[in-house]
Amino acid sequence: MSENSTIRALFDSAGLHEPGTDTARVVVHGNRVIGSRLVRGLDVDARETADGIEADISVRVGARIETPIHMCFGMLPETGKQHIVLRVRMGKGAAASILAHCVFPNALDITHSMDAEIEVGDGADYSYFERHVHGREGGVLVLPKARVRVGENARFKTEFELIKGRVGMIDVDYETYVGPGGVLEMVARISGRGNDRIRIGETGILDGEGSRGVLKSHIALRDRAKADVHNRLVANAAYARGHVDCKEIVQDEASASAIPIVEVNHPKAHVTHEASIGSVDSKQLETLMARGLTEDDAVERIIRGLLS
Amino acid sequence: MNREQTPAGEKPTGNGRLEIRNLSMTLGGKPILQHVTIDFWPGHVHALIGPNGAGKSTLANTIMGLAGYQDYEGDVLLDGESLREVPIDERARRGITLGWQEPARFEGLLVRDYILAGAKNGSDEKVRDALLRVGLDPERYASRAVDKTLSGGERKRIELASILAMKPRIVLMDEPDSGIDVDALNRIFDAIRDLKARGATVILITHSLTVLKQAEHAFLFCNGKLIDKGSVDRIGRYFENQCLPCDHQDGRESLSPFPVRES
Repeated sequence: MSENSTIRALFDSAGLHEPGTDTARVVVHGNRVIGSRLVRGLDVDARETADGIEADISVRVGARIETPIHMCFGMLPETGKQHIVLRVRMGKGAAASILAHCVFPNALDITHSMDAEIEVGDGADYSYFERHVHGREGGVLVLPKARVRVGENARFKTEFELIKGRVGMIDVDYETYVGPGGVLEMVARISGRGNDRIRIGETGILDGEGSRGVLKSHIALRDRAKADVHNRLVANAAYARGHVDCKEIVQDEASASAIPIVEVNHPKAHVTHEASIGSVDSKQLETLMARGLTEDDAVERIIRGLLS
Repeated sequence: MNREQTPAGEKPTGNGRLEIRNLSMTLGGKPILQHVTIDFWPGHVHALIGPNGAGKSTLANTIMGLAGYQDYEGDVLLDGESLREVPIDERARRGITLGWQEPARFEGLLVRDYILAGAKNGSDEKVRDALLRVGLDPERYASRAVDKTLSGGERKRIELASILAMKPRIVLMDEPDSGIDVDALNRIFDAIRDLKARGATVILITHSLTVLKQAEHAFLFCNGKLIDKGSVDRIGRYFENQCLPCDHQDGRESLSPFPVRES
């Protein structure tokens, strides 16, 4: 298959359109970089490795890239391994977001792992939106791991979402340190079914005065799926503020556990948490049914809302 | 509101006839409703008034068929047909709906989608129309989530917008003034008039004389019993003079067994 046809097949699986020519992009199939386009202020150095790629992405000091940089990691075969090593450097005052589609439409036994080091410079703004497209059988082991440093008055946001197909197994491991006035937001929205396994381990360390952080995990499970959420937010400085939010809806024989850990090491810091696990809220359900929705439709809407 | 008098002893006829027949319910060994019989007039506004714990909300929840309110003696009939085995969603499809005292929050569910949940042939125009009818700016509200960022009053009005979009035949409204400021309450009263103008039967559950005045027929409840019914003015006067404060909230049998009087 030519590189262009591979790109087209990956995009079709994810329901994506070819981005405009003003959009920076990197497309990686297995361990090959099969498409790339840069824009002013963005540098990408990607090298193929035995089982994936190693990439350095940097946004220059003060550069502000308005259109999200599109990255597509994927594999069309049913089996294989793709390991991504990513180093992201956001220069002082830079701004950029990455929309990453991870596409494994035919997976039966694929391991997709990522080791990322992310440095968000002072006053910079970086968002990473990770959207997964899997096959109907799951068949993917997803292991995203990231260590992030957020500088003074900088912002870092990450969202992890499965938009199509079954989970397989996901084990998220993110750790972020936030400097003075910095802002952190980590969001995971995942729906599991069959025998899917989901583990979310997110840690935010609010080291700087006036830093803020939110860790949010919303998970819906049915059949025999299982999820464990361990979200930890630590406030070490004055006026650090944070919130941990874990919500899981469990149906059928699915099971879930949520352990929000909040730790405050400064008398002027404040961190809150909320966690709920249970079936669909009966008042929400009855409200929608009292408008004429069937029970199944009402449950579907409530779950869709939770994951949106 | 124009208070029409209904002839004594006359039974309602026509489409959307809701009848409560000798309804009794016990929860946790305590009688919550005792032998309640009511005929609601199609297209009219009714108020069930009484102190807290009188059984008004229980009756509304039973009419809607909510979980925990299905084990009763007697019957609830719509157009002569028993609703005993009819689930909530089917009752709603037959035109019955309920506005909660404290409406549910829905994380991530947009106001627009909430309003359209019960609307047939939903459109943005329908959302806009429903929000304007309850005095909310569609530009500001349609794309917001029905979650904790909305005040109780805003959620109440949005719930009412969803009821208006549904075009129901029978609307049960539990404490429509709960958590509402004066301006919002006037919007809710406008919506009640709007529902009546469209031919809907409205049943208000309240212990407020202000809300009672929106109705055409009043039903006074105490300790699970319907103790009187009739004109809003007469029942309102009685409630104000005899029931505030209520002597019977300790669960004792009513001290004076008021006869149920016809309008």
